[in-house]
Amino acid sequence: MSSYNNTARFSEARRVAIFGGTHGNEMSGVTLVNLWTKNGAEIQRKAVEAVPFITNPKAVEKCTRYVDTDLNRAFTPENLSSNRMSGNNLPYEVLRAQEINRIFGPKGSPEAYDVIFDLHNTTSNMGCTLILESSKDYFNLQMMNYIKKAMAPASCLVLLNEHPLLKYSTSRSVAKHPVGLEVGPQPQGVLRSNIFEAMRVILKHALDFIELFNEGVEFPPCTVEVFRVLERIDYPRDANGNIIAMVHPNLQDCDWEPLNPGDPMFQTFDGKTIHYQGSGTVYPTFINEAAYYEKQQAFITTRRETLVASAIKKA
Amino acid sequence: MTARTSSVLLFVCLYNKKRESNIQLTPSFFFSWKQMESVSFPLLSRVAICGGTHGNEMTGVYMMRHLQKEKIDKIGSVSVSTVLSNPRAVEVCRRYVETDLNRCFTEALLNSPVTDSTPYELRRAQELNAQIGPKGSKEAVDLLIDIHNTTSNMGLCLIFYSIDWFTLHILKYLQSKMTSVEVRAIQLDIPISEAYSLESVGKHGFAIEVGPQPNGVVRADIYNMVKEAVDHVFSWLQEFNSGSTFEEGEVEAYTLVKSIDYPRNPVTGEITAAIHSQLQDNDFKLLQRGDPIFLSFSGETVKNRAAAIICRGKDMRAR
Repeated sequence: MSSYNNTARFSEARRVAIFGGTHGNEMSGVTLVNLWTKNGAEIQRKAVEAVPFITNPKAVEKCTRYVDTDLNRAFTPENLSSNRMSGNNLPYEVLRAQEINRIFGPKGSPEAYDVIFDLHNTTSNMGCTLILESSKDYFNLQMMNYIKKAMAPASCLVLLNEHPLLKYSTSRSVAKHPVGLEVGPQPQGVLRSNIFEAMRVILKHALDFIELFNEGVEFPPCTVEVFRVLERIDYPRDANGNIIAMVHPNLQDCDWEPLNPGDPMFQTFDGKTIHYQGSGTVYPTFINEAAYYEKQQAFITTRRETLVASAIKKA
Repeated sequence: MTARTSSVLLFVCLYNKKRESNIQLTPSFFFSWKQMESVSFPLLSRVAICGGTHGNEMTGVYMMRHLQKEKIDKIGSVSVSTVLSNPRAVEVCRRYVETDLNRCFTEALLNSPVTDSTPYELRRAQELNAQIGPKGSKEAVDLLIDIHNTTSNMGLCLIFYSIDWFTLHILKYLQSKMTSVEVRAIQLDIPISEAYSLESVGKHGFAIEVGPQPNGVVRADIYNMVKEAVDHVFSWLQEFNSGSTFEEGEVEAYTLVKSIDYPRNPVTGEITAAIHSQLQDNDFKLLQRGDPIFLSFSGETVKNRAAAIICRGKDMRAR
């Protein structure tokens, strides 16, 4: 493809934000941002202004995912538009989204921050995961390629959510290059040292990449393996909406492993197995995430894809 | 009809925090006693199983829902009450709404007058006490089992107050039946009147505490383990009620020495370290003097300076 022969030029990535506490009970990000707010030496890089920021302080205070509504779904065009201005009646998180959009955006404009890293934890056994919102964002693809290579042999996988219906309006989407960091398994409200340190290392490599890029290093074309979101699978429920089965022990903790048609998927409370009925092999992830019971999601299915990124260089 | 049971010889392992020593400590026997006569008890005919005492500990929540859907009110010779202890907390999937329900069952709190400012959970505790107690009376259920989860890697634990023949025999029975799982027991050395948790309402009672499971999540492997344990408890009850004798024996239990907090900033109270990865998930393993306990955010390791102890993990924030 001829477009990959050209080097894509991006402006210097000077303005970088690190978001923690978008969900107030996901402790790695809360702890790292609080740490770096007190002493930001670790996140300083030449020619980079790295700003640590707690996005949902009220939820952090209560150690809860959100107060009124999920902040990480609140950055919709409708919520951010100037028509939605009635102050007191708006959910807390919508007000926060507008505030964050003023500080780090406006979303979609040239004034928006260059990069936002949004730090999350999951109860799922996802390990270190980077979340990408666009397969055409070569800057992000190159960064993720750099991070994966720097972390090797430790694993760092890329989840691509470009699905027209399942993609959602994240806090990081305010930036030109949004990057989600999702590390698990970690229970809500708990800080695990290994998870905390892993997230710290991912960010270190990410900031190193940005520094190199800003110095003028050209990154040659690369390929990146990603897992593209296909479908959301809910728990089996009864007529009243109560779940009637759990993620099957054979599927529990098996994020990123192939799920084949006929494999066990759920187990009812009286011990029966429900099998996966899809037409082909998929790669499940976000398996049994605590926060997604209310979002009608037991896990999502993905397929493996190789994306190509052109060379990139500072403009 | 009475049934016969026998005494047990109990060794409790206690790590004495006051000992100073440069050598590795071995378990010290806190106390032991021996009774040679066998003891008889009347039938255990009324049992309460409780779940959702903490609204985000999901094994008990889903188990109660399932049992109530199946309308289970009798198992063999035993009548069963299935109780969803804290429905408002379950509704919002939080540990509690106003105050921790599982701290509301002291005699003093159960008898305190209800006013407009009485927290929801205290009212609920008094309701539960009327329903399956009253605590200390002959109307109380014979056995109360309260199902809990923890994010800690504790496996399957029974938690109980007094040296109760029933709990010890049930413990021994579970250990003999569930051979692929380690079944442990923790004894809280508190007199019943001051006992603050739900299981103290029954004439006999214990909590089944199982982990690791995150709040708000139901894991099938944990659920299946607890279901199996509850099934075995009911089998034991049938055997007991049909006149079997349970022979004397010995069981090992753990008893609480002290609670250790995170290192904190003296001004803000914020924690300054995480549990060290070498301690994380190592519940019930001996922690030697000099072993790492915490890893501070600035990279220093905080080590155990006390004599050898066994640690049981807890949530960072009990929410």
